[in-house]
Amino acid sequence: MQKYSVFSLIKNAFSNHQNWEVAWKDPTPKSEYDVVIIGGGGHGLATAYYLAKEHNIRNVAIIEKGWIGGGNVGRNTTIIRSNFMYDANARFNEFGMDLWRNLSQELNFNVMFSPRGIINLAHSDAQMNAYARRGNSMRLNGIDAKLLDRDEVKKLIPMADFSDEVRFPIFGGLMQPSAGTARHDAVAWGYARQADDMGVDIIQHCEVTGFDVVNGKIKGIRTSRGDIKAKKVGLCVAGSTNILAEKLNMTLPIETHVLQACVSEPVKPLLDGVVTFGAGHFYISQSDKGEMVMGGDLDGYNSYAQRGNLPTIQHVLTGGLALFPFLSRLKMLRTWGGIMDMSMDGSPIIDKTHIEGLYLNCGWCYGGFKSTPVSGWTFAHTIAQDQVHELNSELRLNRFSTGHLLDEKGLGTKTWIG
Amino acid sequence: MLYIKCPYCGLRAQKEFSYGGDATVKRPNINEEVSSEDWDNFVYMRKSPRGKHTELWQHIAGCRQWIKVQRDTATHEIFQTAKVTEEIR
Repeated sequence: MQKYSVFSLIKNAFSNHQNWEVAWKDPTPKSEYDVVIIGGGGHGLATAYYLAKEHNIRNVAIIEKGWIGGGNVGRNTTIIRSNFMYDANARFNEFGMDLWRNLSQELNFNVMFSPRGIINLAHSDAQMNAYARRGNSMRLNGIDAKLLDRDEVKKLIPMADFSDEVRFPIFGGLMQPSAGTARHDAVAWGYARQADDMGVDIIQHCEVTGFDVVNGKIKGIRTSRGDIKAKKVGLCVAGSTNILAEKLNMTLPIETHVLQACVSEPVKPLLDGVVTFGAGHFYISQSDKGEMVMGGDLDGYNSYAQRGNLPTIQHVLTGGLALFPFLSRLKMLRTWGGIMDMSMDGSPIIDKTHIEGLYLNCGWCYGGFKSTPVSGWTFAHTIAQDQVHELNSELRLNRFSTGHLLDEKGLGTKTWIG
Repeated sequence: MLYIKCPYCGLRAQKEFSYGGDATVKRPNINEEVSSEDWDNFVYMRKSPRGKHTELWQHIAGCRQWIKVQRDTATHEIFQTAKVTEEIR
């Protein structure tokens, strides 16, 4: 594989960039694979990459209905963080932070990981107390956390509304300085390119239509491009999880909902990291191009539409304006939607299933992008070793029936209902 | 914007309603022994189909009644609405 570097860039400039190698091939599906990963999003591509790299399993196919990186990995707001309170979520995502820090070098693809910090704002004493508790939990798990008072927040985001008239004054906030953003497409493409180089077949425009299960054991999958035999099959399909689960006669603690995001026109740099509003559901960061990237609530009803409705955008941006009045002067460039696999406690599921050789990776809610590397890493381990890794030992499917929920927000079931 | 026909008030904007989830989920009978599995299914497990979905909405900024809505989860088209005591066919 051609290595990307400043020298290869200069060399290819002489031939008007006409002679670059293709980043990944377009193979015809073979009749049999050791492992088939369904879903060519960030998590699926990362899983295939770590299967090949960490476990030397290279007879692997990724089956994607559309094109790789066309789903949620290309639709998210690129936030990367590990500011979780529960040990299971904190350890899992902090391991992921370590993978992120070295990802550009590892993949030889600039994923533009930019750790400029995340600030969760607090608007009451009670919220400050809750953040102090969460910050302490984070620090006990070795994650950097800083409780900021009002003046410290004002130094970092002076453009927020600090006047006396506001309905929800800023009391302070909890900051994770090592959190940040990355270029989401590059993550998908970087994993795809390396996986392809190690022998993984990336099969696009191929829809899974059914499964071959014999005596409780997976034998293969049926697709729009023919039947494919497989010793092991991993499901990494986010918002389409329920559709495939139905074909397997499985019911899961997952509902699929649409989540929208939006960007403004680009402006000069004014916001350094990510900021979340604590009195409504709204978060914002500024992309490297200068656009303000914003998001918030789900539309709130089951949906597979990959597009939402205006009332939700208006509601989210009302919160945005309360926090950053300057947003009223910006034109909106575009809005879009993605479909989320909302788990019933707000935490993901990476596990084996009752069908031998079938593995499940789902329930990412609104937060799948930040976990892309660690999700792939642990899912690859789970598939290769046929057992969960310590990192995902609490992210199991049976936690709902045993009562070991990871309800990070403490709201009980259906944390996503407003 | 979705427009939902409340069986009591007529056609109203989505903003007046709040969502209550899958209307086909049945609570286990009261005062009877419930297995963990049945309770698990009732509280957590959802089919979440792509296509026709019968669901509960509450006309929260209107008559405050709960209603049933049959809606397509892929196109957002609303086929039918009914009072919560009525069946959707």
